[in-house]
This record gives sequence, C-alpha cells and structure tokens, in this order.
Amino acid sequence: MTWEMVIGLETHVELATKTKIFCSCTTEFGGAPNTHCCPVCTGMPGTLPVLNEKVLEYAVKTGLALNCEITRYNKFDRKNYFYPDLPKAYQISQLYLPIARHGAVPICTESGVEKDIRIHEMHMEEDAGKLVHDPWIDQTRADYNRCGVPLIEIVTEPDFRSAEEVIAYLEKLRSTLQYLGVSDCKMQEGSLRCDVNLSVRPAGTEEFGTRTEMKNINSFKAITRAIEYEARRQTELIEEGKRVVQETRRWDENKDATFTMRSKENAQDYRYFPEPDIPPIEITEEYLDRRRAELPEMAEEKMIRYQAEYSLPAYDAEMITGQRALADFFEETVALGAPAKEVANWIMGQIMRQLSAQGMEAKDMTFTPKTMARLIALVSGGTLNRNTAVKVFDAVFMDDGDVDAYVKEHGLEQVSDAGLVNTAVEEVFAANPKSIEDFKSGKEKAFGFLMGQTMQKLKGKADPKVVNAAIRSKLGQM
Amino acid sequence: MELMELTALELGAAIKKGEVSVPEATRAALNRVSEANPENNAFITVTAEAAMARAEELQKGVKDASAPLYGVPMALKDNICTKGVKTSCASKILGDFAPVYDATLVEKLEQGGNVLLGKLNMDEFAMGSTSETSYYGPVKNPWATDHVPGGSSGGAAAAVAAGECWYAVGSDTGGSIRQPASYCGVTGMKPTYGTVSRYGLIAYASSLDQMGPLARTAADCAAVLDAVTGKDKRDGTSLGGTYGSLLAALDGKVKGMKIGIPDDCFGDGLDAEVSQAVLAVAEVLRARGAQVEHFALPVMEYVVPTYYIIAAAEASSNLSRFDGVKYGWRAEGYEDLTDLYNKTRTEGFGAEVKRRILLGTFVLSTGYYDAYYKKALQVKAVIKKAYDEAFSNYDLILTPVAPTTAPRLGESLSDPLKMYLSDIYTVPLNLAGLPGLSMPCGLDQNGMPIGAQLIGPALGEQKVLNAAHAFQMDTDFHKMAPKGGTAQ
Repeated sequence: MTWEMVIGLETHVELATKTKIFCSCTTEFGGAPNTHCCPVCTGMPGTLPVLNEKVLEYAVKTGLALNCEITRYNKFDRKNYFYPDLPKAYQISQLYLPIARHGAVPICTESGVEKDIRIHEMHMEEDAGKLVHDPWIDQTRADYNRCGVPLIEIVTEPDFRSAEEVIAYLEKLRSTLQYLGVSDCKMQEGSLRCDVNLSVRPAGTEEFGTRTEMKNINSFKAITRAIEYEARRQTELIEEGKRVVQETRRWDENKDATFTMRSKENAQDYRYFPEPDIPPIEITEEYLDRRRAELPEMAEEKMIRYQAEYSLPAYDAEMITGQRALADFFEETVALGAPAKEVANWIMGQIMRQLSAQGMEAKDMTFTPKTMARLIALVSGGTLNRNTAVKVFDAVFMDDGDVDAYVKEHGLEQVSDAGLVNTAVEEVFAANPKSIEDFKSGKEKAFGFLMGQTMQKLKGKADPKVVNAAIRSKLGQM
Repeated sequence: MELMELTALELGAAIKKGEVSVPEATRAALNRVSEANPENNAFITVTAEAAMARAEELQKGVKDASAPLYGVPMALKDNICTKGVKTSCASKILGDFAPVYDATLVEKLEQGGNVLLGKLNMDEFAMGSTSETSYYGPVKNPWATDHVPGGSSGGAAAAVAAGECWYAVGSDTGGSIRQPASYCGVTGMKPTYGTVSRYGLIAYASSLDQMGPLARTAADCAAVLDAVTGKDKRDGTSLGGTYGSLLAALDGKVKGMKIGIPDDCFGDGLDAEVSQAVLAVAEVLRARGAQVEHFALPVMEYVVPTYYIIAAAEASSNLSRFDGVKYGWRAEGYEDLTDLYNKTRTEGFGAEVKRRILLGTFVLSTGYYDAYYKKALQVKAVIKKAYDEAFSNYDLILTPVAPTTAPRLGESLSDPLKMYLSDIYTVPLNLAGLPGLSMPCGLDQNGMPIGAQLIGPALGEQKVLNAAHAFQMDTDFHKMAPKGGTAQ
C-alpha cells in the first residue's frame, strides 16, 4: 500500500520590534541573564501589560501579506499553565479572536508542485523566558530576557503532503517576513520555530489518521529529517497492526529520531479566558488602508519587474528575489551603475558560493553593493580579468575590503600593454616550435596550449581576448 | 484642638495655616496607632520612622504647598505596591515581599504630599467580607471589638474609624471599600472602573478591581480622588481626562436631581433597621429639592453568582504567579518542581483563597467554560444594560450597602455562602463598572453603624459626591465616633 503524509504547521516568529510586546524593555538577543527585564515582563505582582502598537502593526502587515482576513474586533486571551520560565503562570496570547484568519500562501516546490497552503489563523502572543540547567551545581536558573518578546504564531491547515512542500512554504514564509521587515527569521537564534503536526493515511483516502506533534525543530534540514522519520515510524506502526498514539514528540537532532514528550491524556487544560487587562482592539478601515499602503514590493512583484526592467532571465529574477537581502543588494549595485546581468551573475555565482561556504545568511553579509560595483567596473574597464576578479572578490568578501588597494598591493592589474603581450607570445612561439607545427597540421588543441603558456608567462593577468588575438595574428603571419 | 477628630481637609488646612505641623500630626497619628492597633489589628506594617522622616521633609515645603491634603498622614491597604515596603496581601505566601516599584496611585499621593503611616490589614488577597481571612489575624471593629469591621478593606475602615489616620486607600472588587466603610461608620468610595490606575494594585479580579478612598466625609473622598485619578499609560484599562476637580465642584446641590430607589434592593433578607435608615436618606435629599422615585431593577438575583464566577475565574489566573519560585515564601522539603508548587501553594494560601482558586479553575475548565464563565460574561452585560437603562431615568440610585450591620467575629467563616449572598448590593457596581459611595446613615439598636449606598452612572462621581455632601451637611452621622469596647 502507498501511504500519504498529511502535515500542518505551527510557526512561531519573533517580531523584530525594538521593544517587547507589553513593556519597553529591549528585544535584543543575548545579553547577560535578566538584564533585559522590568517589573512588567517579569510578571511582578500588580504590574499590567500595555500593548506595543508596533506589534499590532507588524502582525496586521503579515496578515495582509499572507492574504488573510484581518479580524476587526481583536482580543487577547490568557493561556494558563505553571512553568518557571513563565513568570505570570499565564501567557498572553489570542485564542478566540486572533488577529488574522483564512489566508493562503502559494508555493512551488523544486519538483514542480504548485499549490496554495491555506492559513487557518495567525495570532499575537508573548514569548516565555529560558531555563538554563547548570550541571556543575545541579541547579536550574531562569533567564527572563526573552519574556515578553513579541511573537506571531501562524497556523496552517493540514495541506502539506511532503517535506518538500513544507520547506517550500517555510522558504516562502521567511522571504515574505523578511520583505515585510517584521522579523529577521534567524532560526539559530530561535526567531523562527516550527511545530509539525503529522499523520499518515493510505494514498487516495480522505480520512485523517491519528496525528503527532513535533515541537520546536529549528532548522530546515532538521524539519525534513524529522518529517521523514516520523512518517516512516507511523507507517511502520500501522503496517505492523499497531496504533499511532496522539501525542507530542520531541525531535532529537543527535539521535535522528523522535521521542514521546507527553501523551494526549497528559495534555494540559490551559483554561483560556479573555485577558481583562488589555481592552479589545478595534481595527478601522483607515488603519488597514495605512498598513496596506506601507506594504513593500514583495518577491513576486520584484520578480516580474526584474524581468521587464532589467531583462533578467526568469531563473535569475527568481533566485535573486528569493531573499530580500539579495534583492536589495542587487538593486543597490545596479543603482551604482553596474550592468544588471553582470550583478545577477555575481550574486548567483560568487556571492551565493561564499555565503554557503561561510555558513552565512545573505542579510548578515557585510560585503557592500559599493564594493561589488567597483569590482564589476574594474572588470569591464579592463583592469582585471574575470579569474583575477574572483580572487579579489574572495579576498575582500568577508570584511568588505578595498578592492583597488588590494589589486594594487598584489599587482593584479590586467596586462593590456600590446608590447608586453607580443613579447610573451614571441617567447612562447620560440620555445614551442612543435606546437606551431601541430597547429598548422590542423590540431586545434595546440592553440589552447599556446594560449595557456602565454597566460602563464603573463601570470594570468592578461585579458584572454587580447592574448587570443595576438596568437591568432602571429599564426596568421606564418 | 483634638487633632484626630479633624477631617482630612480640616487637618490639611490647619497644616497650611501653620496651626499644626506635619510632624505633630504624624506623631499624633502614630501614637494613636500604637494605642489602637493591639486592639483592632488594623495595621500589618507601621512605617513609623519613614513617616516621621517624610513629615519633617514635608514640613519644609509647607509654604509652597498647594495640594489640599499636603502633609496629611494616611495609610494604604496591604495589596497596594510600595517600593521597599512589605506588601503582603495579608497572605503567608508573600512572606516579607517588598515590591521593587511604587504603584501609580502611590506616586500620585506622594506628589500630593502624603505621609504614609503604614500598610493596612485586609482579607487575604482581598477575598472576604469580614477581614478575618488575614494571615496576620482578624481585624476588629472599633465600634465593638467582638464584631468584624467588614472586608476586604477592613483594616482601612477600622483605622479611619478609630482615628488612626485621616484617610486610607482601599480596593473594591465586589464591595471591599463600601461594605467595611458601612460597618465602621466611615465614608468610602469606589470610583468608576478605569478612573484610578490599577498599576501596582496586586490583582484579585482584574476586570472588577478598583482603588478608592475611605475617610470621614464625602469631601475628604473628593480630595483624595482628585489626587489619584487620571489616565495612566501603564494601565491600558485606565480612562482619560474625564472630569475636573471633584472637590472644587462639590456644592451639595441636589435640587432637581432624580434619585431612584430600586424596590428589588429592599425586599427579603434586608434588616428592617437598615431599610429604614437608608430610606430616611432619601427624605433628607428630598427636603433639599431632589426628586425621589421607586423603580424595578429585576437583575438582583443574578448578581452574586455572576460576580463569584467572574471574580474567581480571574483570581485563579492572577494568583497563579505565587508559586514559591521567584519571590515571597517557599515551602520546605519539596522533591521536584511540581512538589514545590503543590507544597508552597497548599501551605501558603488560606482556606478562602483556595476555595476561590478552585472555583475559578473549575469554571474555566474545558467543558465548563461555556456553561459558567461565558454565561457569566453574558449576564454581566445584561446587568450593565439594566443599570444603563436605570440611569437614563435617574441621576442617582440609592440602596443599602449590606443587608445587615457588622456580624460578630467568626459567624461568617462557618457559612461562606451566606457571606457571599451579603454582597448582593455592592457587587453589581463592579460588574457594571459604576461609581458608588457608602456613607453612615444611622446606628442599629446595638449601636452598630448602618451605611447607605449612592450609585452614579459611569463617570458620575460628581453627582454621587454632591448628594453625599448634601446629606452630610444636614446630618451628623459621619461625625459619630466609636466609643470602643464590645457591643451593647
């Protein structure tokens, strides 16, 4: 029997507001424990939450970008549970009237599946703190720096049928959030976290199987592996005639497997009720219009524009607009006068190669459009040939070094002096009479050898076109 | 001049004129506290040294002072956060907890030049109608020490009645200012929900809690409210600039005012002496030109269950943070995290608090939410609508504060349901967010004070205070002072 996986996602996204959701403490990541805290975010008795309007603004923009209906009459609710990382013993969240509902995210997977992933709802909430266990003293300490960092949770319908679709959705979501400027989506810092709800069923059937939930998986790679593992585990259980138990499971990165965290029987009753400390929020038509007007040009729009305005191939336009940081880099470099196609080639080739080699995200790149434009200008102006330019690029990429200084210091200027080139050609011809004979007898390969020898003599700094022309001309004279 | 017999405004005026110094007044109050407190247990904490230092400091600025209560010593209920001063909510679980910040109300009072004498006893976490559930022992009624002072702001009412301070600030979630004011023969007011910032009030039921004054007179209450009301950006539920100075506009004019008397508040269960004394208030106001009418307010049977469901639900959530992890008291000998929570909360909370946490947890549970909490919110809206309709016909509503005068100590603890039912006249104002004032209007045959409640529409504080002021201009009930001892 063929089995089909059915997946729904809950994605928590930390919003990139300067201050926390209900107080004016900084949201900055890190910091010594309990230094980004005040009586409000540590839940001291008598304190009250006051909503940071930027959070609402960011949430509404995200809802609009995910094609959601924005809820006009919003409320916050309390989710009650005891845990030392939650100093009020309740999390202020939204259950009954979430900020946005009924959205859709179109995705296109690598293998060509095109579909809409429906968004069930999106709500605003506060993050909890962190517990740090110190094995040395065998004590657990609480760090409340993260308490009150604003989150949005985006819940999809169970519309995914493969890990590939999940990744396509997450990449699209990340790109959208980055374009909006509402989150930096740094998975390694926990600013984008995923819970995966997964069940399996015989392919072609409608009824859902029993699902499990995998919590807080924090890389795309881990998500793919966790999905594949869990689908296989469930399928094997069913094929052995056993039952899948509805439960929350923990993905163990090191063991490459999921483990039971808690079963449904032990599920907590969160006793949600409307948060009495925050008055209901009414969203007016004018407010929505303002947010709509503030929405930036998104990836799809940019993709179309790049093809029309810069005549970029569709593939290039899609690659570059896939991440806002790359699109911004592209536009800024072009604005400095560099030819669009050249810039696109550099981004898709060398920049992406370097990013992947450094394990770095595009938005963290320090390499500037100004340096890129200068490098491109040196190539098109004939000062550098392409191979040397790549060496220069590699040398200056990490610290955005001075291209001109580097070229000068290492004597990398392209040799375009015809005299120097001709002298080199003559020396090579004199040293390789056999190759000249071979060429004359029709062995085209010999031309390449002469070319290589000449370039080597010029230490690779000559314009290959010029060298090529000089050799042809010399052979022609023979 | 017998200092402790002055009203807060009279003392403020005397200080301004130089007839009394702030340190003299403060010393007189502290002396009175050391005399009376062993008897009535009104204070949990007395900040004598800090009060004297503050008094000396304030005395230097008397000449430039403009606030009418500048230099007047007062005290705060022990659920109002005071930076560095123990704030216990009369609970074991908070231990010697001292907040790291001042409540907005505390900051505002300081700007008005108050002298804080200390923190007042109360029912644990403001849950109770008798001030007997305090971890620090029951408060006793200065009129008769074998009677309760009412609750939960029993310490505040007792301290004002016994002349230990010129005014106090309490909190009122279902009558906790008005009912003890009534039992102790003082004037107390719960203003409209949102007029006094709740920032720094340790929450019992957030949608119902509101702080307000207890004092000798309506005029004193007006002066305190002037100092503490106003929009606070730290409290999202606080209201913006709503009225000017209540004291400046206090003229006692009731001519043409329409006062409604809901017959539903004068039926079964109401003590005849209380009924008579409250209805006599209407006659005094009528003599000054008010119109008095009787009308029907057919929601009274729902108010107590609605109140207890909402209040308990919010309390169960608000009190969850007291878990022994971060501050306050922690049980000893726990085995793991769950055991730490269980032991701390089992040993740290008193019986009445646990009863309400359990009730609140139950009504919010999956499967019961719709039947209890959601329905209670719907009934709350119906009750509010009934009051709104009444106020389309009347300027004020007059009712009793409580069905009886102060019961004897211990009587209520054995029958919590009876105690809950006695909240019937005060809780609807919290459900509807309306202002209400309790003022003395007579004594029963045992010599215990009777209170009348004046209710205004939302933000109708001025009307309420004017009617109370008119009554106090024509009568002397507010000047009666307890003679002490036990009931006659």
